[in-house]
Amino acid sequence: MSKNTTSWLITGGHLIDPAQGIDGPADLLIIDGKVAKVGKVAKEAVPAGCQKLDASGRWIAPGFVDLHTHLREPGYEYKETVQTGTRAAAAGGFTTICCMPNTNPINDNRSVTELILKQAQLKGAVRVLPVGAITKGSQGEELAEIGELLEAGCVAISDDGRPVMNSRIMRRAMDYAKGLGALVIDHCEDLHLSAGGCMHEGIVSLQLGLQGIPSASEEAMVARDLALVELTGCRFHVAHVSAAGSVALIRAAKAKGLPVTAETCPHYLALTDEAVLDYRTHAKMNPPLGSRRDQEVLIEALADGTIDAIATDHAPHAIQEKEQEFDRAPFGVIGLETAFSIGYELVRRSQLSRSRLIETLTNGPAKILQRPLGTLAPGAPADLVMIDPEESWPVDPRQFQSKGRNTPFEGWMLHGRVLLTLVEGRVAHEVPAAQGARA
Amino acid sequence: MTLKQKDLLSIQGMSAEQIGHILQTAESFKEVSGREIKKVPALRGKTIVNLFYEASTRTRTSFELAGKRLSADVVNISTATSSTTKGETLLDTARNIEAMRSDILIIRHPMAGAPALLARRLSCSVINAGDGAHEHPTQALLDLYTIKEKKGRVEGLTVVIAGDILHSRVARSNLFALTVMGARVRLAGPATMLPPLMGQWLTAPPGQIELFTDFDRALDGADVIMMLRLQLERQTGGFFPSVAEYARLWGLNAERVARAKPDALIMHPGPINRGVEIATDVADGLSSVILEQVTNGVAIRMAVLYLLSGGTQP
Repeated sequence: MSKNTTSWLITGGHLIDPAQGIDGPADLLIIDGKVAKVGKVAKEAVPAGCQKLDASGRWIAPGFVDLHTHLREPGYEYKETVQTGTRAAAAGGFTTICCMPNTNPINDNRSVTELILKQAQLKGAVRVLPVGAITKGSQGEELAEIGELLEAGCVAISDDGRPVMNSRIMRRAMDYAKGLGALVIDHCEDLHLSAGGCMHEGIVSLQLGLQGIPSASEEAMVARDLALVELTGCRFHVAHVSAAGSVALIRAAKAKGLPVTAETCPHYLALTDEAVLDYRTHAKMNPPLGSRRDQEVLIEALADGTIDAIATDHAPHAIQEKEQEFDRAPFGVIGLETAFSIGYELVRRSQLSRSRLIETLTNGPAKILQRPLGTLAPGAPADLVMIDPEESWPVDPRQFQSKGRNTPFEGWMLHGRVLLTLVEGRVAHEVPAAQGARA
Repeated sequence: MTLKQKDLLSIQGMSAEQIGHILQTAESFKEVSGREIKKVPALRGKTIVNLFYEASTRTRTSFELAGKRLSADVVNISTATSSTTKGETLLDTARNIEAMRSDILIIRHPMAGAPALLARRLSCSVINAGDGAHEHPTQALLDLYTIKEKKGRVEGLTVVIAGDILHSRVARSNLFALTVMGARVRLAGPATMLPPLMGQWLTAPPGQIELFTDFDRALDGADVIMMLRLQLERQTGGFFPSVAEYARLWGLNAERVARAKPDALIMHPGPINRGVEIATDVADGLSSVILEQVTNGVAIRMAVLYLLSGGTQP
């Protein structure tokens, strides 16, 4: 029997697939990398040579979809590559990741998009969907060739890492993108308000003598963008929401029926600006970690649907870049390999339901991309993850698949372990315990 | 009693007992600087490195003299001559200095937390000689020493700290030092440079720290007036409209001094902008202890160097 077969019979597991409204025991038959049957599988339906997996006591869920990853290739291969980044994704249960365009060169034209897709095809462990730039060089001045980017395989456009500061350019981008049916993602930050800042403006920044970034920097830009969505009708997604005020604006826009979605990141759900105390650069990211209230509001917003998805904003940096003066260290933390377990802490504390957590990692982001992903409905690609909800594990950055070690969760004891990740029925990641369950 | 710490990074976190011990030790060292032969052998054979990433005359010289009067070998490195121009990281520079068997590294740096970064990674003692807008612990200690010398006590006094509170490491260190020693602190400055949350992280009893955006009111009945240096480049940052307006609203002149107690002390960490935050007649007047602060600075730094080297009885 070939080990490479992409047909599987998975039995005894607890299937959580919010897109199908399933949260209970169900078997799964996968034939040639596609889901063939969910529920009771008749013996005669199982083809010869099919791999068998005993998932008793484990959860089976659609593979996770990350709307916000930095793969760093091309240009910053010392931080991460398509190969290491997608391996990190697979280890964290992600089967699809959207990579941001702030590479070097910027992904603002077909050749860069094609290079990323080629690397993904050759060396990628999971599906890679590039995000193209909104403006040339992400300089915020002239529109990038958005039509060409979409044709080459980009799933959305964003100048991530920076906002489009010029409101007129952003308005044109939204008009143009709407005409092409494209999704616009903005990194919402008023650069005049945030200039020079390196952490959340509040009592901790004052205490440390670090220059703060007021929450108003994010909120003001979210408000502007939402006004432009109202003007243009463009499909719009707010990246890495970190502030309570932004949540209120997004909630109001959704109530008006505007085509708006939003993501937040595991670190905003798990940490506050106090994580920066002692000048810990592994707690430095942009937007910065907020107050306790921001954290609480974000968790509520994730639970009530105002925020649609958990995205990692996985941003690897080299050790020597982070081991510097706080002001000088770059923004960003890695997140692919801890995202699920950080989210699971909310479930364990009864702040989020189990199925809502899975939804924000699967169907939630897939719907934003308008792709038939994030579900294990019959006919869908067999992208799935098997999780042991009982297993706990210590966060040891040296064990990461990512080149990055810049996690704020080092030394934490987390719960819920990804045992096996399949992409179209192929094994993308597997721990020894999962091998033992295979026959 | 020893200081029970490897480094001196901040006043925050220090106890009244630790601070009192440094002040007491400084008293014996002040006497040394008054002698004909201003030298004691306390730190003979020790190596002290002054690593200054920011221009400084007063603090660097004060630390250098303090080390030399204790017979230590003192080396000065300033950014212009260091390897940072060749792209070396701060940590690598410091590791190299430590590899030459330095005992104490004194660092001044424009970025908050730089001394903490080194203290975490190095086994030698690290002294913060001012880091960004964070702290300047020896300045606060010499200010306390000066107040105590003049007033006989710190507890119960009303101390006004006025000017650019937001960006001032002197204000932060003094805020911690004064509150832990039982003084009442009034922070005064333009609202753009006086964040309402300032000092809220301290567990001071209600009323011990008060904020004023009206300088005259802040001065009423004060025992000590501590002026901060105005960084002129804050004007382009939009923190105040003009030097003239700043001087009008926040300059300390004789008329304003009259609102304080008759025996109020006038202090300033230097360098002073005459005619901006402080009028010349006030800076040079009888109530001014600005130069005594500088004199006491050497004694305080001798005490700190001595105690961090494990000294107990000078």
